[in-house]
Amino acid sequence: MPNEQVTEHLTALSKDQLLGMLDKMLLGRRFEERAAEMYAMQKIGGFCHLDIGQEAVAVGAIAALQPDDYIFCSYREHVHALVKGTEPRRVMAELFGRETGISKGKGGSMHLFDVAHGLMGGHAIVGGHIPLATGVGFAMKYEQRPQVVLCFFGEAAVNIGAFHESLNMAALWKLPVVYICENNRYGMGTAIERASAIYDVAQRACAYDVASETVDGMDVTAVHDAVSRAVALARRETLPSLIEARCYRFMGHSMSDPVHGHYRTKQEVEEQKQRDPIRHLFEQMSSQGMIDQQGFEAMDQRVRQQVEEAIAFADGSAPPAPEALYEDVYADPYGPYTRSERSSE
Amino acid sequence: MALITYRDALNQALREEMRRDPRVFLMGEEVGVYQGAYKVSRGLMQEFGERRVIDTPITEEGFTGVGVGAAMVGLRPIIEIMTWNFSMEAIDQIVSGAAKMRYMSGGQVKIPMVIRGPGGAAHQLGAQHSQALESWYAHVPGLKVAAASTPYDAKGLLKSAIRDDDPVIFIEGETLYGSKGEVPEEEYLIPLGVADVKRQGKDATVLAWSKMVGVALKAAETLAGDNVSCDVIDLRTLRPLDADAIISSVRRTNRCVVVEEGWPYSGIGAELADLIQREAFDDLDAPVERVTGADVPMPYAKNLEHLAMPSPDRVVEAVRRVMYLD
Repeated sequence: MPNEQVTEHLTALSKDQLLGMLDKMLLGRRFEERAAEMYAMQKIGGFCHLDIGQEAVAVGAIAALQPDDYIFCSYREHVHALVKGTEPRRVMAELFGRETGISKGKGGSMHLFDVAHGLMGGHAIVGGHIPLATGVGFAMKYEQRPQVVLCFFGEAAVNIGAFHESLNMAALWKLPVVYICENNRYGMGTAIERASAIYDVAQRACAYDVASETVDGMDVTAVHDAVSRAVALARRETLPSLIEARCYRFMGHSMSDPVHGHYRTKQEVEEQKQRDPIRHLFEQMSSQGMIDQQGFEAMDQRVRQQVEEAIAFADGSAPPAPEALYEDVYADPYGPYTRSERSSE
Repeated sequence: MALITYRDALNQALREEMRRDPRVFLMGEEVGVYQGAYKVSRGLMQEFGERRVIDTPITEEGFTGVGVGAAMVGLRPIIEIMTWNFSMEAIDQIVSGAAKMRYMSGGQVKIPMVIRGPGGAAHQLGAQHSQALESWYAHVPGLKVAAASTPYDAKGLLKSAIRDDDPVIFIEGETLYGSKGEVPEEEYLIPLGVADVKRQGKDATVLAWSKMVGVALKAAETLAGDNVSCDVIDLRTLRPLDADAIISSVRRTNRCVVVEEGWPYSGIGAELADLIQREAFDDLDAPVERVTGADVPMPYAKNLEHLAMPSPDRVVEAVRRVMYLD
């Protein structure tokens, strides 16, 4: 482990910035731990993909952005939403399928949108959102706006045609998009070595002459450092980059999937948990005298309180009204529907 | 009024809307330097430059998704698909993307986007280049589907589609590009969702759109010689559908024939037959007849291709059947 480099990343950030990152990672962790419990209690339905273990990628990357920059995410995006600025209670209410949810209860865990905060959606077709992020990059260049776009996806998405089509266009047209591969080693239950001819995701950028970097995705400051460089390239020269953040999810692919089993061993998961990104940052910060155990526990208490408030808010919110069923399909809610369709409500 | 081609009417619509709104841009394969595979975009790159008329790589999924993304942040893309046959490459971006963004986001984003290009069979292009796919797209909530039959409609509908705040699938007739019709000098719009009565009659209603309107009108002309008069209704948009125009006509004629270039199974004609039986059951004097493309991949051989396409003769036969004349 190149400790000197880690310290260098650490010292490049202020104590407040680091405390903010620790706080965000902890919020994400506690939020999702409780979301898992709410799922078990059937307060949350459908598919629910947890980011536990991978929080450093979302937190480090989004910390490199300005508030009005855009992000696109896959369906594992609760933490990304929280970090981009969405209120925890609006996220929890969405998971609960309530009208107060950030997508009015119509999106669910996989489709969190908060346009006011630049969260342009969680998207649930693997790799399908990569062209959309490229399109926002196109729009920024078209209108000469200064914002950049971060596009998060897993390592399994880089075998999708849309990834390659997007990188080609982004390089050809010089678009300000940072493509961030959250390489957690498994596309559901298939290890990267069993799905990709090339394991080194960052190498894929060569095909399109796109700048690339591989970073330890369990180290939030290293992620922040690498993504900051890519964001600067996008902002100053409107050029795309590919960042491969090597991380690990401590939970199953989704809530219906075991933590370990046919595709990975318990021992492997336990070993990876030694790289816990929250503990890693805490230890580095405490070695620099920036926080102590007591301070960490106080932070943890605050975060847990926020999560409990989010749950209470979600639980106390109403489900969407039946009239909401046909709203938001078209600009004019009833325009395109025939009389019979309407009467079937 | 000027007599211009369907192709030039579309070109005028694109040009006028691009002049009107700087957020409108045209993107697709060969739309710029080459002036359009079917010359619909002729001269646009010269007028609007490479910033607003964008040639793409052959990458339908990619550039259609770029259009959806650009629309999410306020631009108004026109994405040209060289022919709708290639739209299957882009269908995830259209169906999972364009059609669903408004809903999944609880109304936070809109997709003011037109995806346009020619559809249907031309002449001996074989199975992969001869498909009428409007029923696929009309099936999807969140999309609108338009298919103009004349230069006048092509221009007015495309202008409305470009100004619409929902994604519009705009299917042009590949064999209609050279057809001519009168188009006024002054600006006009045709709203999406309003059918056009092309010919009035009392004995049967014939429903058609795009290229099939011509087939239906030829059949109506032949039938007129036998003292059978038909209402010929051009639906113009398949979603939204002008149910009022359809039902009020069928209530008068008590008989209906649907002419559709696409395949019969789960086709638009099936939807129309359902609408009519639900809303005008007591007015019907015969089951709704459907004249469709043959339920086969399009053959290459000229004689087989002809057999696979709806023809005026087949429409005449269908009208005579619903009138119990034979």
